[in-house]
Amino acid sequence: MKLRTALMATVFTSAAFAANAQEVTVMSWGGAYTKSQVEAYHKPFTAQTGIKVNSVDADNPAAPLKAQVEAGNVSIDVADVEFSDAIRLCDEGLLEEIDPSILTDAPDGTSAADDFIDGAINDCSVGNIVWTTLIAYDTNVFSDNAPSTMADFFDTETYPGKRGMRKSPKAMLEMALMGDGVPASEVYDLLETEEGIDQAFAKLDSIKDDIVWWEAGAQPPQLLADGEVAMTIVWNGRIFNAIASEGQPFALIWDGQIYDLDLFVVPKGAPNKDEAMEFIKFATSTGPLAEQASWIPYGPARVSSIARVGTFHNDDSIDMGEHMPTAPANLTNALQNDFEFWADMDSELSERFNAWLAN
Amino acid sequence: MSETSASDEILTTADGKPLKEALAKAQFFAKRRAFILVLPLLAFILLTFVMPIGQMLHRSVKNEGFTVHTDVTTGVRTPIMTELSIWFDQNPSGTVPDEAAYTALRNDIGALDELRSAGSAGTRINYLRAGSRSLFTKAARKWDKMEAPYQDAFYDLDDEWADATLWAAMRQASSSYTFDFYLAAMDYTRDGDGSVTKVNENRQVYIKLFVRTLFLSLLITFMTFILAYPIAHLLATLPLRHSNILMILVLLPFWTSLLVRTTSWMVLLQSQGVVNDAMVGVGILADESRLQMMYNQTGTVIAMTHILLPFMVLPLYSVMRPINPSYVRAARSLGATSWTAFRRIYFPQTVPGIGAGALLVFILAVGYYITPALVGGADGQLISNLIAFHMQKSLNWSLAAALASLLLGGILLLYWLYDRLVGIDNLKLG
Amino acid sequence: MALPKHADRLERVWHYTYLVICTLIFLFLIAPILVVIPLSFNAEPYFTFTEKMLKFDPTGFSARWYDLLLTFGMQAPEVPRDSSWWSDTWNNAHWIQATKNSIIVGFFSTILATGLGTVAALGLSRPEMPGRRVIMAILISPMIVPIIITATGLFFFYSSVGIQNWGIPYLGVVLAHATLGIPFVIITVTATLVGFDHSLTRAAASLGANPARTFFKVQMPLILPGVISGGLFAFVTSFDEVVVVLFVGGLDEQTIPRQMWNGIREQISPAILSVATILVIISILLLATVELLRRRSERLRGVSPA
Repeated sequence: MKLRTALMATVFTSAAFAANAQEVTVMSWGGAYTKSQVEAYHKPFTAQTGIKVNSVDADNPAAPLKAQVEAGNVSIDVADVEFSDAIRLCDEGLLEEIDPSILTDAPDGTSAADDFIDGAINDCSVGNIVWTTLIAYDTNVFSDNAPSTMADFFDTETYPGKRGMRKSPKAMLEMALMGDGVPASEVYDLLETEEGIDQAFAKLDSIKDDIVWWEAGAQPPQLLADGEVAMTIVWNGRIFNAIASEGQPFALIWDGQIYDLDLFVVPKGAPNKDEAMEFIKFATSTGPLAEQASWIPYGPARVSSIARVGTFHNDDSIDMGEHMPTAPANLTNALQNDFEFWADMDSELSERFNAWLAN
Repeated sequence: MSETSASDEILTTADGKPLKEALAKAQFFAKRRAFILVLPLLAFILLTFVMPIGQMLHRSVKNEGFTVHTDVTTGVRTPIMTELSIWFDQNPSGTVPDEAAYTALRNDIGALDELRSAGSAGTRINYLRAGSRSLFTKAARKWDKMEAPYQDAFYDLDDEWADATLWAAMRQASSSYTFDFYLAAMDYTRDGDGSVTKVNENRQVYIKLFVRTLFLSLLITFMTFILAYPIAHLLATLPLRHSNILMILVLLPFWTSLLVRTTSWMVLLQSQGVVNDAMVGVGILADESRLQMMYNQTGTVIAMTHILLPFMVLPLYSVMRPINPSYVRAARSLGATSWTAFRRIYFPQTVPGIGAGALLVFILAVGYYITPALVGGADGQLISNLIAFHMQKSLNWSLAAALASLLLGGILLLYWLYDRLVGIDNLKLG
Repeated sequence: MALPKHADRLERVWHYTYLVICTLIFLFLIAPILVVIPLSFNAEPYFTFTEKMLKFDPTGFSARWYDLLLTFGMQAPEVPRDSSWWSDTWNNAHWIQATKNSIIVGFFSTILATGLGTVAALGLSRPEMPGRRVIMAILISPMIVPIIITATGLFFFYSSVGIQNWGIPYLGVVLAHATLGIPFVIITVTATLVGFDHSLTRAAASLGANPARTFFKVQMPLILPGVISGGLFAFVTSFDEVVVVLFVGGLDEQTIPRQMWNGIREQISPAILSVATILVIISILLLATVELLRRRSERLRGVSPA
């Protein structure tokens, strides 16, 4: 009986608690990335406003967000999504519009509209960070002959070992083309043609037996650490943290990196819409955006924050600026993700990708 | 009850009612009482299980993406593409779209823009004709700047608006009820004039996965049979004291969390895992030629065989236990070799158990999701993983529902077969 | 299955081969479950036996992963372990929250499944039950229909009725898990009712007991073992279920299997193995309980184990 009373008490108190407290639920990508947001946005936001932030994770927040809105069962207030998804969700009427006038100006007085980088302010989304997809490899495996280009990733003769790739056509097809010698500037023109898509799949096909697929962003550093793969496609923040915090023997290849914007959006019907807007206003102000860059090397989406990027939060010898996707040295052969291409072709290419996987 | 008067032709009860009637009445009450006991549960299952599945079947043939817009916050339903659907009604399939059609299209897209549903209407067309989505979102951004004649205005925007397959797709989507998702679930599509054709070979996936699911499930069923038969026989022939102890080895996996067992196999089968380490340690394998046993079909088959093995052992055991050993002994004494005695006498008696176990394992295997998702990699995925993909990632729910319905149809057929052959009330657990 | 004295050489060889084969199969069944137990005490974040572990060097072992289960998700895991540390654990640690959720969902779904299932089994086992076969087939179907289909159907159904707006936490998952547990209750309870001597209830009735009294004093004690093991099956079903929770559970409705699922896909640290070990121990306990109940039932009903 005691157990039952305790259980009932737990049920009712948690229900009552949810009803009363002011809170906001933020969905992000998990792992080191969520950690950086908790430290730079959530904690200071709660300290300043008293609004509790619930942090939840997903492989890609756009999918549960869309599912929730379409099912009329919305429990998240703010989600962190990729550019193409932000545009697509907005087109489908699944997002609340965000009034750009709520965004704070830079400390030097530059208006928000001028301070944010291109593409960061849209009808329903506000830019947060610039991140990138790139190659990481285990330096112990390739100690005498280190790979250095995208072509090397697809060359399992010279650089033997399993490869980790994301189980999604996005970025993988572009990388396949770049690995096949297509210059970054021509990738999307080629991908719009049937031949280009065939070429990308043919390139993927050449290493298919050696690929280990991952879905959540935290998996590839783990696959490298466990020795399941020798080289993997990975998000730069996650792998940086594995190297800087855990001292893993990994190295990055910036050649052929594909950078993209992550943005905050508010799903239509969000239970705490006002708090959500408060949160976005706070998180995208100059200070917090710069602060998050000290936890993970993702470039802030506003100019005034980029200027303030300093060193790694627990190691002053690491200058975070050098590890940003947008650092000039890292941009020699880089590609910006084409949001319009993916907003349009995602389902079509996913279908073909699934068919290819199953064969 | 036995009190009957000799003068009456029919038997009556003490209070004078005809016995037949009274018995029928008593029988009726007994029936009703039994039924009333079952009723709450039946209602519960109908509500929480049968109805949701019925609704899912409904969803597999219904998609309102191109016909009705539902506001997600207020729930208000607004018909969309109304003018175009009138044009479709007035003109038979195959009519080349005229200016009236383009005017209707322009007005409808304007309405879409105001409802902010150009994306979702476009997505519905995209299911039928890839790459159509952006046509709608672009048109929704520009519709108010268009000027008559609209046909040319649309061509200026994108010449794909002249494409016959696009118009065929819009015509199909303008009805809320459709079998298109079943076609898609079987790798078929409609072309420009509405006839059914196979999809391009590099997009065929579902039939392949259904076949693979079938094949792997059969393989797993066969493997469990091969492994279960000897130990079920041992358990059935040992004295109970001993067999009860050994039975724990079968029941413990049965009671252990599916995720725990899947995790264990991941630990064992990884390329840096226990099995590979042991083989390298003993010297069977060179360190650089570790076996890839996970993230492929091998992993799926090994883990699922282990997980489903108890479901084969238990029915076999319950059939083998009552088999009288003297039959085999009699055969031996009549000169049969032990192999003949097994083949002609023992094995035939165990066939009902094999049938029950095989059907049960097979039914469970075709619907497996968790284990292939975790250890299956790319080629160890089953059809359920694709259902989950469309449920959670691509969010093409109608297609997910159609795939699930096809799978369900197959399962129900097997279930009916199981009930016929074994009887569902003979199902025993440990 | 002793080897008869007259067995020839070939039969002897075969007999021992057969025993070896059986041993290997039993090993295949049980080894994967047991292997996680020592590995969960690994001092290193790997999944294989380190050299130190193989030499039984105590420094190769550690309970750090069990400790991680308590600290993971805490607000301030580093502070001294006083009462506020424990209350932080109790309120914030992810695995503790998952355990609470699992127990709440398991408890209520078991009550629902066992209650409805037992009553229905009483009706189903009456000889005069109409349409028995069809009804039985419907009631057992949640066990046969693949869970992915059930979850898909429930996702649509719950969103169409707006169950999350009713303000009852866990309702959707509890109802779903009760549905999944019901076949087990039906099967075990009807099994104890097979061979039930209906003259016992008639005797009770003729001695003046009303139906309720007959049920509680005569039938209940006899079917109780079946009810309890059915309930345990239902509880385990709920406790182990992840697909429905993934599809219809709210974001805050993290259960143990869901947390494991996330953990396995994100970072398979040995912490997962320590959870696995705890779950294996729980299943050993449950198995022992069910076995004891089965024996008790057989004794009560006078059915000697065949």
